[in-house]
Amino acid sequence: MSLKRKDLLGIQDLTVEEIQLVLETAESFKEVTGREIKKVPTLRGKTVVNLFFEPSTRTRTSFELAAKRLSADVINFAASASSVVKGETLLDTARNIEAMQADFIILRHPAAGAPNILARLLRASVINAGDGGHEHPTQALLDLYTLQEKKRAFKGLRLAIVGDIAHSRVARSNIYALVKMGAEVRVAGPPTMMPQEIERLGVTLFHNLDEALRGVDVIMMLRLQLERQGIALFPSIREYSRLYCLTPERMKLATPDVLVMHPGPINRGVEIAPEVADSVSSVILDQVTNGVAVRMAVLYLLSGAK
Amino acid sequence: MTVVIHKGRVIDPGRINGPADVLIQDGKIAQVGKGLAVPPGATALDATGKWVLPGFVDLHVHLREPGFEYKETIQTGTAAAVAGGFTSVCCMPNTSPVNDNQSVTEFILDKARAAGLAHVFPIGAITKGSEGKELAEFGELKDAGCVAVSDDGKPVMNGMVMRRALEYARAFNLTVVDHCECLHLSEGGGMHEGLVATELGLSGVPAAAEDVMVARNLALAELTGGRLHLAHLSTAGSVRMVREAKARGIKVTAEACPHHFLLTDEAVREFNTNAKMNPPLRSRKDVDAIKAGLKDGTIDAIATDHAPHADFEKLREFDYAPFGIVGLETAWGLALTLVDDGVLSVEQVVALLTVQPARTFGLAKGTLAVGADADVTIVDPDAQWVVEPEQFRSKGRNTPFAGWKLKGRVTTTIVGGRVVYP
Repeated sequence: MSLKRKDLLGIQDLTVEEIQLVLETAESFKEVTGREIKKVPTLRGKTVVNLFFEPSTRTRTSFELAAKRLSADVINFAASASSVVKGETLLDTARNIEAMQADFIILRHPAAGAPNILARLLRASVINAGDGGHEHPTQALLDLYTLQEKKRAFKGLRLAIVGDIAHSRVARSNIYALVKMGAEVRVAGPPTMMPQEIERLGVTLFHNLDEALRGVDVIMMLRLQLERQGIALFPSIREYSRLYCLTPERMKLATPDVLVMHPGPINRGVEIAPEVADSVSSVILDQVTNGVAVRMAVLYLLSGAK
Repeated sequence: MTVVIHKGRVIDPGRINGPADVLIQDGKIAQVGKGLAVPPGATALDATGKWVLPGFVDLHVHLREPGFEYKETIQTGTAAAVAGGFTSVCCMPNTSPVNDNQSVTEFILDKARAAGLAHVFPIGAITKGSEGKELAEFGELKDAGCVAVSDDGKPVMNGMVMRRALEYARAFNLTVVDHCECLHLSEGGGMHEGLVATELGLSGVPAAAEDVMVARNLALAELTGGRLHLAHLSTAGSVRMVREAKARGIKVTAEACPHHFLLTDEAVREFNTNAKMNPPLRSRKDVDAIKAGLKDGTIDAIATDHAPHADFEKLREFDYAPFGIVGLETAWGLALTLVDDGVLSVEQVVALLTVQPARTFGLAKGTLAVGADADVTIVDPDAQWVVEPEQFRSKGRNTPFAGWKLKGRVTTTIVGGRVVYP
């Protein structure tokens, strides 16, 4: 079994069947990650390059572990300042890496669409590990996996995604994924954080968090990007927090067995109260665990395509 | 030298539209009429099945020289112009150095003479260095040969500076051209703000970024009585405001580019950097408004905003790629689609490329009147062709129209009585 595509650039162009295939495959890899010896020879002799143009601990480590557990050789290319400052273009950097016979390039980049450009021009498989405000497909896949584990069916599942939708790749990938799978998706946040015509993606828009949370099965909180504050999307963290922080009181508006998700890293007390982050409803750490299995599945399924 | 163009259909808007011959003597139009005799020693050009038009006038090109010769030179840019039927081009001052003084203007004119292809009419800067602060020396620029002033690409954000520019320009009867964009509203944006930007996660430039500056400029034109020309209109709001301003007698003219009446923001999908230009490709509603503006005369000219870039500059992340596309070699075929679509008459399209832009900057061009410079473009209206950027004479290959099948091709271009294309 394999995905009949070279690259994983986003959820938007995946079919429901492809998403299901990733989730099923992740299931068997999760079993591997629970073993004493957490390693299979599936990708022995393959080279995986983590090409990260933005700081990331969670995603990079997760991909690195996934690749290592599949027995691939992993290189972490710290593309941070060096080559970029010297004026090397993304394409030249990637071509150099490809010349070292990389089979997979896992790209994290601040510009939306950067993986799409590389995918068009390189032979290697390109996996999008987050591109600007565009997509973060493996995050959405691991979120789906976690939901399936806890809630089974997507159809009829009610979710609220809360925060800065406009600048969030996690929100976009999850909206594409969840709407495809038949869930009912609400988005909530101040109007300054909602992109134009967001409702045409099949979601319902709320500016009042309490209304958005009423009767939901899942709450997906987005990280408030404090570094974005200069653009003045909201007057103060204090006011944001008062209006949009997920508190224990607000949790009561949702269904009793509501799940709380967050792509991390969390700002305790800003978008999520510490009691909520640490509560039994929180599956934040399950998301991290499942991330490795899902990324193993993605690497495996793309390797078969070539 | 004497040239006779015979057996063609001559379309000189407002003057003639039908079978006629054109006699050129000493670089001027000597006679236009039926069955002209070919004087002994004259060169005869057979225009059977073709249209004989005044040479096209483009109010908005970037020739990139001095400073960015790797993108385009005055030689390659004017070669592209005549290949596209343009015999006169007005070049924007955002070179390096900026064309804000006589020596840069003279340099451009020297290079244009040496190239010997299209007429080049430089546009001087509104402010020194196009920094938006102090006015450039309009008097000197005009004497050196500038036909208008603009800080194109760098909108004049300070309303007082714009007011002074419109006032001061009156002394020289110079038109002030503004690229209408509120830089605060457009900050960080690379495409139109709408559903496609939302889906792609790209920062958008709202139509309002253009509209607010159009509104400001129209108010200032009314206040000062200065001659205002608005570059590359892209929004329904702009068209509506210009229409209303013209009805009230404000001295304003406007241009639109083929990409703004043919493409929407949908062209950006797949992060196509050749669909990245400023102002951006907008919505269907905006495209329809631009067409309506061309039809009812709100928009005076079709201009290309020819903006060549090197391949490596466009072959990169959408956010980091420069704005702009080439346009000189595709404009005619693209403009003619408006006739096929029933938006404009042939005569209207020709007027939008000739007499109307010429009148906007007060150029003695765009006509086949007896005594006018013999700038003539001959086109085959039925010739089918495919846009192949590798064939361009421009150094720039950056076009979203690659692979488009177009009807109507320039076959011969004459400047000052001399065949310069092919």
